[in-house]
Amino acid sequence: MKNLAIIGGGTAGTTMSNKLKKYLPSNEWKIMVIEREKEHFYQPGFLFIPFGYYTRNQITKPSDRFFPKGVDLINKEVDLIIPDKNMINLKDGTSIDYDVLLIATGTRISPEDTPGLKGELWQKNIFDFYTIEGAEALAGFFKTWEGGNLVINIADNPIKCPVAPLEFSFYADDYFTKKGIRDKVKITYVTPMSGAFTKPIASKFLGSLMENKNINIVTDFFLGEVDNANKKILDFGGREVPFDCLVTIPLHSGDPVIAKSGLGDEFGFVKTNKNTLQSLNYQNIFVIGDASNLPTSKAGSVAHFQADILHENILSFIKNEPLKASFDGHSNCYIETGYGKGILIDFNYDTEPLPGKFPVPVLGPFSLLKETRINHLGKLFFKWMYWNLLLRGRWIPIPSKMSMKGKIAD
Amino acid sequence: MAQKSYAGVTVDVNEEGYFTNPSQWTKEIAVEIAKEEGITLTDQHFAIMEFLRNRHLGGEALSIRSINHSGVIDVKTFYQLFPGAPLKKATKIAGIPKPASCI
Repeated sequence: MKNLAIIGGGTAGTTMSNKLKKYLPSNEWKIMVIEREKEHFYQPGFLFIPFGYYTRNQITKPSDRFFPKGVDLINKEVDLIIPDKNMINLKDGTSIDYDVLLIATGTRISPEDTPGLKGELWQKNIFDFYTIEGAEALAGFFKTWEGGNLVINIADNPIKCPVAPLEFSFYADDYFTKKGIRDKVKITYVTPMSGAFTKPIASKFLGSLMENKNINIVTDFFLGEVDNANKKILDFGGREVPFDCLVTIPLHSGDPVIAKSGLGDEFGFVKTNKNTLQSLNYQNIFVIGDASNLPTSKAGSVAHFQADILHENILSFIKNEPLKASFDGHSNCYIETGYGKGILIDFNYDTEPLPGKFPVPVLGPFSLLKETRINHLGKLFFKWMYWNLLLRGRWIPIPSKMSMKGKIAD
Repeated sequence: MAQKSYAGVTVDVNEEGYFTNPSQWTKEIAVEIAKEEGITLTDQHFAIMEFLRNRHLGGEALSIRSINHSGVIDVKTFYQLFPGAPLKKATKIAGIPKPASCI
């Protein structure tokens, strides 16, 4: 019997356990997933919690429900990966040997890396919505807030789900308008990028959307520190933005175990071949999802598209054949824009988001880079797809390779 | 593609003035681009530009955060050396493409 170990049972790890169970012969391979958490969050739902649209219970299910039969779930914490010995040490002192290792340890916020961010105002006037605790605390704050400067700040890239901060600002406009205090809430979006988004066509579209919604934007701002006493954020060059409520998207890092095991870049993301998803340093280690250092979005849709090609490469590796399947950087995001509408973007390593129809030319039903109600419904429907299709490694009606079909490129 | 002349050498640049072929870069050229940006280059400038070039040519993404890991200078000094938008200015002068932050 050979061992395939998956570290991390989040979106990427769970999906892969389902795929690999299907393709690896049970009499030859034992699959195990090491996951310390007992709850699985539908993370796109975090965005909705501060505005009271979802509660914790509506986006949480027990993790063990989504692993297939015959996969060993090890509910423990990893202490160290020792790639030269093909071994994983667990915090309880036991260890696991593997023949193939799949790293799916994700990413986490590290607010402690910015001076003052986790200061006295943390969870009083400063909140994140990338953790369930942060999102719930912000919901509590918004309930009684009477208005002031609402600042949404991305500390620096990379971050998980790069469109979430935009969606947050659109939802804030919607929420405070409906509450009747929009005139008392000044919304400012402070970003290290030179526009609302990185890719030019989408950035222009989203920038004008922000203008229409009366959301101010401050660009090229790299967060240096937070001044708690004077309620200001400062960039490294000394530029200041005052806040009454700061919604922070802190710096992101890989799981500490990656850095500790010597597998990461300086932020703790695993150095990974951007096409084959194999580790750059060890042939029997593969990487999926947010844990890698690939130049694409850290998002569930990306993990899903990666899963579609990764099982082929793992099978090829096991058979000692060349790795033929190639990931193209495909990413696909619904962006909620408030008032029951949304937009959709679709892109990869080489092609920026373009306008058009998706997934079927002319018919859609979804419109790319355009605000429509059906795009919003698509996002709501995605929650069902996530629990029932995506995590279980089932077919989803979007091809893993990005397509130019239906898109309009000048 | 546009071209520009620095220190008597013609180089390929994009519409924003960033090099499209980093191998055309020399230190003499850097001095002239820096002048356009109002910056007089010192050894410290060259040291951090070398870090940025090596990283870029090694296929790694550039970010403000990575400066703290350069072992050359910290981010605050980086801002003093290239005031305003340091990463944009430094990459332009260092003859490498403008960093497109991953999304």
